[in-house]
This record gives sequence, C-alpha cells and structure tokens, in this order.
Amino acid sequence: MSINTLSDRTAADPTTLPRLLVTGGVAGATVNLRTHRSLHGDLELPALVRGGNAELRKVVAAAGLRGRGGAGFPSAGKMNAVAAAGKRSVVVANASEGEPASRKDQVLLRTAPHLVLDGIQIGAMAVGATDAFLYLHRGSPARAIVERALAERVDDKVPVTIVAAPERYVAGEETALVNLIDGGPAKPKYVPPRPFEKGVGGRPTLIQNAETLAHLALIASHGSEWFRGLGTPEDPGSSLVTVSGAVATRGVAEIALGTTLRQLTTALGGTTGTPTAVLLGGYYGGWRTAESIWDVPLGHASLRSAGASFGAGIIAVIDESTCGLAETSRILRYFANESAQQCGPCLNGLPAIASAFESLTHGRDRKSANQTINRLQRWIGLVSKRGACAMPDGAAQLARSALETFASEIDAHVRRGPCRATGTALLPVSSAPGRDGWS
Amino acid sequence: MSAVAPVVRTKVHVTVNPIKCFAHGLCAELLPERVTLDEWGYPIIDGRPLNEDEYRHAVRAAKSCPTLALLLVDGR
Repeated sequence: MSINTLSDRTAADPTTLPRLLVTGGVAGATVNLRTHRSLHGDLELPALVRGGNAELRKVVAAAGLRGRGGAGFPSAGKMNAVAAAGKRSVVVANASEGEPASRKDQVLLRTAPHLVLDGIQIGAMAVGATDAFLYLHRGSPARAIVERALAERVDDKVPVTIVAAPERYVAGEETALVNLIDGGPAKPKYVPPRPFEKGVGGRPTLIQNAETLAHLALIASHGSEWFRGLGTPEDPGSSLVTVSGAVATRGVAEIALGTTLRQLTTALGGTTGTPTAVLLGGYYGGWRTAESIWDVPLGHASLRSAGASFGAGIIAVIDESTCGLAETSRILRYFANESAQQCGPCLNGLPAIASAFESLTHGRDRKSANQTINRLQRWIGLVSKRGACAMPDGAAQLARSALETFASEIDAHVRRGPCRATGTALLPVSSAPGRDGWS
Repeated sequence: MSAVAPVVRTKVHVTVNPIKCFAHGLCAELLPERVTLDEWGYPIIDGRPLNEDEYRHAVRAAKSCPTLALLLVDGR
C-alpha cells in the first residue's frame, strides 16, 4: 500500500512509505537530530565548491525530482540555472504555504525539520550558495521547532536565517519572497530578471519548496535509483498531499506519486458521502467531477494530460452537502481581496469575476444569467497572463473549471435559486485582510 | 514599381510591465497595430514581432508612456 500509515521503518528500502514523515516511534513528535541521523544515516555531504557541485546536480536530474511547491518545475533545471548565474548565490526554503487549504509544509517541518535543514545545506552545495533563508508564514507554530532544530546543528556550512512572511496568498511567490527578504513588501515583482539570475540582494537565488529540499536530502543520501523506487517514470518519488472535505480521515498524507484518488481515499477510511467533485492542485488548480478524476494517477504529468493539475498536493473532495458554486464564489472573493493591487487586470478583473460568480451562485439574475456567464468567460480570458504574478491566471483557471464542472448546478441555481448547501462553507479562506499587511 | 514598400520584419516585439502601467492609454493610440485597451483602459498586447514601420511607432509609444511601462523586447 502506498499511503503513509505512520509505520516507522527507515527510509533505506526504496519501496517503503513514509519517506519524509518518519517519526522514529512517537506519532506527532518532532524528530531530533540524533534520531534523524539514526533513521536516515549520516549524510555524505559533498564539498562546498565554487560554482556548485555539478555531480550532485546530475544525481538530482537522474532522480527526476520536481518542485513540490505547485508548479512542478524540474529541480535540476533550477539548480543548473542558479549555478550558471554566478558565485555567492543564495538558497531559500519556501515553507510560507500561503495556500489556506495546504498544511503539508507545516506538518513536514514539525515532524522532520532536519530533513528540510539537510536539504538546505545540500541545495547550497549543489549551486555554490553561501547564505540560506527559511521562509515561514508569520505566527507559524513550526518556527520554534525549526529554531530548536537549528540550535542542534553545529556542522552546518551555510548559515540559515528564518524569515516570516505576512499571511497573504501571493507572499509565497518567488519574487514576493525576494522582495520581503530584501526589506520590501511581500508583493510580486515584474520578471525578468528572475530570481535565479538576480534574487536576494541581487544574487542568484535558488528558491525551493521545503518539501522539495527534504526529498533532495534523501536523494543525496540514497541516490536517484532509490528515489525512483516509488512513483511513476514521469512522476517519480513520493509526495505530501493535504486532503480535506468528504473523507473519513483528513490531513496530510505521504503518497507514492501515481496513486489514484480511489486508492488514497480508501486508505483514508473511505469517503463520507457520495463524492461529487474534487478541487485538485489548490485554489490555483481546478474542479473536476469526482467521476472523471477518481481513477487518474496523481502527479504533475498524469494530471496535466487529464486537464487537471497536481499543484502543491491539495485535494478537497466534496459531496452533496457542499455547494461547489458557493465554495468557488468564496475563493474568488478571497482572491479579489488578496490582490496586491499592482496590476490593472488583476485589481479590476478579479473583483468583477468574483461579483459575477456570486450573482450566479445566489441566483440573483435569473433573466440575465446568460449575459453574466458570457461576461465571466470574457473576463476569464482577459485577466489570464496579464499580471506580474500567477494570481490572475489561477483565479481564471478556478473560475473556468467551475463553469465547466458545475454547469448543471449553475443552471439549477439560476432557475430555482441557491441550493440547500449554498450556506455552508468547507474550504478555508483567511478573513478579510484589508489592503495593508504586506511586510 | 510596386506601391508597397517591402515589409522588413524585426525580431522585436512589445510587452508591458503591468506593475508600472497606470492605464494612460497612449500606447494604444501610438501603436494600434499591437495594442488595444481592455474595458478598464489597460493595454492588451499583441506580442508578434514588429516590422520596421511598426518598430518606429513602437519606439515612439515606449518613449511616450508616462510610466515607461511599455517595453521593447529583442528576440523571443
């Protein structure tokens, strides 16, 4: 079985899960450095060489590691770009997890902080970095745990500074993160230059999701063949997912990529009702009918061919007790409130999209519903690819997928008014943040 | 003799820095071949390469943008 069952074997067997969430005996405990070394072995750290360690990057390329922060970009490609961009580069572990429905980076840091911290050191060696940052969201309970873990480590070559991000959806965007570390607001910047060329302090910067770095630590220790012992050829390895909604056991699980939703939900004790739809990939992801996606292997490549996205591993299952239109409306309004107000198409388009979707959800304009849908479709096309960051694209994708997946629900809401489930809320959105709070 | 001068294509295209753009709209007046405005007055850019005539208009449009948000990019 490919689901994390909290068994506690070491990660040496390539087919054993969990790889990351190994606790060494006590469920819910934080693995200290001594236990960490006994579980994973002493890491053979290659030397810190100027321009980075090309051999190490080759191992990462052979492993086929993809970023676990959402975009699924091949990690070796990023590392090569940073190494080629110059000396004295910087590594940032991104655990800001601005996605309200995601918990995996917090769970990882609270369970196995040393895997992430090892990954930071190894990432630094791969690209020749001399400084490192760990980017958390403000008030993160993981902060104290990471500080304790850092104090245990006396052999680290590269110093790690913890930086706290404001709880804004876009604060985890690479350019926003660079902006904040450099003393500015956590708002996205225009690219180019991209952070791999000019990031923190104008230096080449490798930004990797915290989970990606944890996998990197294990790849450096066990090799690329070991990493490929789980997963599929296109989506190798294991991955953390955050499961919410109509599932008996909710929370963070570690799965072999290629596992289907049917297998995953079965391992989590089954669904609690009849699943109608699934939000995959997070709030930038999209809705699919449960039927159409239930047996598709989870992974970047496999979901992309199915017209969906894996994102940062967010899986929200809904049944008849949840209204997909109401959920989408709330997320679209949240996006409109979370706009950094920098780009015209975003600051105008997102509130327009949210309002139109709300009026469909609440069945307010029975006579003009077709016009509302037409306007929505126009705005969805209008905002895409026109912002400095991916927020307008993400909002557009969410709205587009909802129009497709919930077409019959829209029809019913328009003709008969909101359904009984419209008033209930499942997916988390942070409370109205206002226009301030960016630093 | 042809009445139409041969069109020489460059590798240059226009793009916009959406953070700098404040919807003054001059680009759409000076380079209508490549820029239209959305309903909020922000430019919708056609990113195809410019020919030499269009290139001259694009340079003028980029220089005229009050926030210098319109950019000429060489190559793709």
